[in-house]
Amino acid sequence: MILEQRLPAAYLTPGSSSFLDFLAAQAPEMLPSRRATPVGNAGDLAPHGTTIVAATFPGGVVMAGDRRATMGNVIAQRDIEKVFPADEYSCVGIAGSAGLAVELVRLFQLELEHYEKIEGTTLSTDGKANRLATLIRSNLGMAMQGLAVVPLFAGYDLAAQHGRIFSYDVTGGRYEETAFHSVGSGSLFARGALKKLYREDLDEEGCVTAVVQALYDAADDDSATGGPDLTRRIFPVVGSITASGYRRLPDSEVAAIADRVISGRMERPDGPAAPLT
Amino acid sequence: MSMPFYVSPEQLMKDRADFARKGIARGRSVVVLQYADGILFVSENPSAALHKISEIYDRIAFAAVGRYNEFENLRIAGVRLADMRGYSYDRRDVTGRGLANAYAQTLGAIFSSGGEKPYEVELFVGEVGDSAADDQIYRLTYDGQVADEHGFAAMGGSAEKVATHIKEHYQPGQPLDAALRVAVDALGSTETGAERTIPVESLEVAVLDRTRNQQRKFKRLSDPELASLLGERSALPPEGS
Repeated sequence: MILEQRLPAAYLTPGSSSFLDFLAAQAPEMLPSRRATPVGNAGDLAPHGTTIVAATFPGGVVMAGDRRATMGNVIAQRDIEKVFPADEYSCVGIAGSAGLAVELVRLFQLELEHYEKIEGTTLSTDGKANRLATLIRSNLGMAMQGLAVVPLFAGYDLAAQHGRIFSYDVTGGRYEETAFHSVGSGSLFARGALKKLYREDLDEEGCVTAVVQALYDAADDDSATGGPDLTRRIFPVVGSITASGYRRLPDSEVAAIADRVISGRMERPDGPAAPLT
Repeated sequence: MSMPFYVSPEQLMKDRADFARKGIARGRSVVVLQYADGILFVSENPSAALHKISEIYDRIAFAAVGRYNEFENLRIAGVRLADMRGYSYDRRDVTGRGLANAYAQTLGAIFSSGGEKPYEVELFVGEVGDSAADDQIYRLTYDGQVADEHGFAAMGGSAEKVATHIKEHYQPGQPLDAALRVAVDALGSTETGAERTIPVESLEVAVLDRTRNQQRKFKRLSDPELASLLGERSALPPEGS
């Protein structure tokens, strides 16, 4: 790292406001997509993160992730964090190859911050979602070797004044979701649960309860998704974004909601019943 | 009669220094002060788009006077350097000292190289610490000299006049509003002794606030925030009216 010398000419050259572009020109070996990986499936070599759920409510959006990382049939970590603030008004949750995903999140966070510092203004919510798509697209080669990263992006759109959710595929396809969405191995079950539980008029606490219920259902039927760990008091990571910015819900708040969900499940293990018609 | 070809190195450097100093003296001043919760940067800048004060990293800010295109280049280079270092190592490994060093080397090399015109800029690099004693303020001049400043400092057009005014009114550990008032009054003090009231729209103010609970301690103060911090001001006509 050059610090005691004159700043290299490339640093002083006006150009892109993108840190990714700068890194690609100056230190391409630091980009995950430029790294050569041997042929074959590398998916079993590293832990995988699983289920992420997000849902909007009037005035914001919440995102929650379970705490389990698996490596084959082994639980690699029981308190991994998979929901991260991307900047003040957005967050990203990750499913897939955990190490790579965390690296992409760091790059994404820095990409947004770098742009903000250079330009003196933040990117639009769509602009942020597109930058994340670019990052995921560049990872396609590794995805085909079993190191896929599938994020879920949520943000409070200051212009439109409501929460928005974007999902991605491994080729960088970007899809805006309405109301709620889920990614990861337990996502089918979580989405099924949210279909029955979600209502548009839920407040923040109601919305958090719904996503915690959905994660419970995901953990109920998917072995790679971790349920609430009552003995160790490990509960999902929940982030909420409103007009006043990103807030990670304190553990005590999530624990209280999770305890209510669990006590309900003691009576009815399948969770709250929805009316038939 | 032919002109002599020989120019002594002393003369050459003096000419280059005079050139840079003249450019810097044309601009308006920037002041930096330590206050109770961090470091305050204040400048008179009628433009809302072209900043003289900017965020570099979590705890590091940058202020400049002189030629805009030159210090803007240095600012962007600083952001790139800091982000690159923070990404390679860790956010805590990005220091104001390292950045000041890189700027000093760059400015020094440009100043003494025959091929390049010296930069007509002066910079402050401020880094807020966990306590006032850990705050760092570096002042960099056009020729790459670095000075460690304590308490307060001013640079730009009427830097000496402004610094004298601050010296008379500044106290360490002042709250934000008091420190801001000292800084704004100092920027408004003129050679003739008459006080000028700079309208809030023409002030560019930012703080590195160690009590901010985000990782990034830099915050710009908006016009309404400035108006409420400055409170009632004397009814002298603003500049130009």
